[in-house]
Amino acid sequence: MSLAVPVPVRRLTQLQALESEAIHIFREVGAEFERPVLLFSGGKDSVVMLHLAVKAFWPGPVPFPVLHVDTGHNFPEVLAYRDAEVARLGLRLEVARVQDYLDDGRLRARADGTRNPLQTLPLLDAIAEHSFDAVFGGGRRDEEKARAKERIYSLRDEFGQWDPRNQRPELWNLYNGRHDVGEHVRVFPLSNWTELDIWRYIAAEQIALPGLYYAHDREVFQRDGMWLGVGPHSLPRKGEPVVTRRVRYRTVGDMSCTGAVESDAAGVDDVVVEVAASRITERGATRADDRMSEAAMEDRKKEGYF
Amino acid sequence: MSTLLRLATAGSVDDGKSTLVGRLLYDSKSVLADQLDAVERVSRDRGLVATDLALLTDGLRAEREQGITIDVAYRYFATANRSFILADCPGHVQYTRNTVTGASTADVVVLLIDARKGLLEQTRRHLAVASLLRVPHVIVAVNKIDLVGFDGDVYAAHAAAVTAAATDLGLADVRTIPVSALDGDNVVDRSTRTPWYDGPSLLELLEEIPAALDVADEAFRLPVQLVLRPQGAARDVRHRDYRGYAGQIASGVVRVGDAVVALPSGRTSTVVGIDTADGELAEAFAPQSVALRLADDLDIARGDLLAAVVDAPVPTRDLEATIAWLSDRVLLPGTRVLVKHTTRTVQAVVRDIVGRLDLDTAEITPADQLGLNDIGQVRLRLASPVAAEEYVISRRTGAFLLIDAHDGGTLAAGMVGEPLAEARCPQRRPAQYAI
Ligand SMILES: Nc1nc2c(ncn2[C@@H]2O[C@H](COP(=O)(O)OP(=O)(O)O)[C@@H](O)[C@H]2O)c(=O)[nH]1
Repeated sequence: MSLAVPVPVRRLTQLQALESEAIHIFREVGAEFERPVLLFSGGKDSVVMLHLAVKAFWPGPVPFPVLHVDTGHNFPEVLAYRDAEVARLGLRLEVARVQDYLDDGRLRARADGTRNPLQTLPLLDAIAEHSFDAVFGGGRRDEEKARAKERIYSLRDEFGQWDPRNQRPELWNLYNGRHDVGEHVRVFPLSNWTELDIWRYIAAEQIALPGLYYAHDREVFQRDGMWLGVGPHSLPRKGEPVVTRRVRYRTVGDMSCTGAVESDAAGVDDVVVEVAASRITERGATRADDRMSEAAMEDRKKEGYF
Repeated sequence: MSTLLRLATAGSVDDGKSTLVGRLLYDSKSVLADQLDAVERVSRDRGLVATDLALLTDGLRAEREQGITIDVAYRYFATANRSFILADCPGHVQYTRNTVTGASTADVVVLLIDARKGLLEQTRRHLAVASLLRVPHVIVAVNKIDLVGFDGDVYAAHAAAVTAAATDLGLADVRTIPVSALDGDNVVDRSTRTPWYDGPSLLELLEEIPAALDVADEAFRLPVQLVLRPQGAARDVRHRDYRGYAGQIASGVVRVGDAVVALPSGRTSTVVGIDTADGELAEAFAPQSVALRLADDLDIARGDLLAAVVDAPVPTRDLEATIAWLSDRVLLPGTRVLVKHTTRTVQAVVRDIVGRLDLDTAEITPADQLGLNDIGQVRLRLASPVAAEEYVISRRTGAFLLIDAHDGGTLAAGMVGEPLAEARCPQRRPAQYAI
């Protein structure tokens, strides 16, 4: 036996620290709220969020349902992934459908066809209908400048509105989740994660994702400088020739306005390398609707968007 | 293996904070092309000759319109070995509220001063807040060094004044750096224009500062968040009888076999298992999130504290505390509030207001009320006991919020103990504070 006793390095890596922080947040909400719900779309951020929720409550089940606000413009493989995950984990899935709102006239289709901004009303209605008091969202502060000001616990009034000028100060790791009847709290456990952290974590934890996050051949056409996949909800117009390209998606959402990027990153390690070297933010690269105005996200968030 | 460092910025308006943060983000290549395009476009629209990096930290519409920053914003950047979470704290209006918020989680405060002005009252206040919130490291960036002709004597005089003020306030680790945020001198790369300075650049310093105190020097504390008891809902039948006390370790190290005490009940038991979803651990340390299994079936619930049996805190219903009052309402003696301490929330009444801290002199002057942004010393009487410790001992078990029981708002940041006690009585500083 060696006489030298090794001094253990008791220091968390950055990913371990972020994971521990997120688990702490999940457990706080699980303990203090009556009816939490987790927004789950099958997109990578919501997948990581659910993975962390599973860890937080292990060996028990995740003690709340998941909610998908369905634009109706989905990538079929993402819906299949969503349903498989829900079944695997034995979760209850609630779906709020934008299509229902368009059908009965509560919402009107936008001229540009984009449905991402239409998700707010179905989301708020679902929250009210189920009396959800805490809503986990996968928003990250590195995504966008309005989000950079968002608290981890973000109080919403009875209209679901965010008042950025009147937020509660958030001190230490003491979260104040008090709210009145009819109000709710949006909770962002991934606030401090960056896109690269998400990918490194997916790699480290070997988390399965919908296949379209990895390079594949797809029929695409170019619009507004983005590659859009051909599908039932995104058809090329005149003068938009369809070509086959090797692409992957950096975000998934409304198929009609979410662009693919050309990529050979076929596995998670390739994606980590690619994201680390990328010189463009994921929203800038792939979300037509987010490029609209400097304050697009801020305005949407004030109205109650994710 | 990358580690995480949390920093907060502080500085008076126009000292160059936005420029410095923009420069850090830009030179560390954390700004991506489309973000830079946007900033270049706005710079051109405003008729500027050069790209204004300060625009990178632009936030909300109202802030752009008014040309001021209202609220703390969080920024992210990384180098090969370290990731940084930067709480960008605006310097005015809600200044105490913002700096207290940023400093509460910070490992490092980066404080800016203007090389033409040197140490101002505001600087002293920022240092006092860093000391009050017990931020382990402070870096003072003496900015706009280009505007004093890169004069080493000017820098040396400011550095000496700042260091003296910081030492008076009980800050153990304060470093100064001459920088030009505008031109980038000593921000990421060392400057050739400050030959009289042979220290690291700001980013180099941020990379080498220890991320946290050594957990081995701390006593074990775990506030129980919830009791994991899945029973019939367990996904694996072997866990039907599982009972684990889940929480994030607030300080110290725990090992299987350790004796622990549950507070406030005072009952003791032995740790028989440390669990995570990824498997059992032989030991765990702060700030890991774990679940502990104990040898005995104690009546433990959310809000209890599991602590090492030696030197465990004594639960109390009376708190002598320092509070940073963050509400527009005026605090008067007799006000009823909620105290949120670790995972426990209890009713309380503010019995007395002892005084108000004068941040300029670090003296406490008698006061009978506190207003927005005041820092005061108060006595609280609690409806039931909490296992609190002095904030100088622990930034976790010494911290609490005061919450408005009626509208739910956060009223104050609380720290157990007298304000700046270390500054007035240096021997009270715990050994592990100095690094
Ligand atoms: N010459 C010089 N000007 C600077 C420096 N840093 C900032 N400034 C200028 O000082 C002014 C205020 O800077 P800003 O970053 O907006 O200050 P903030 O209010 O602290 O965020 C701007 O005009 C900057 O261009 C510096 O190092 N040298």
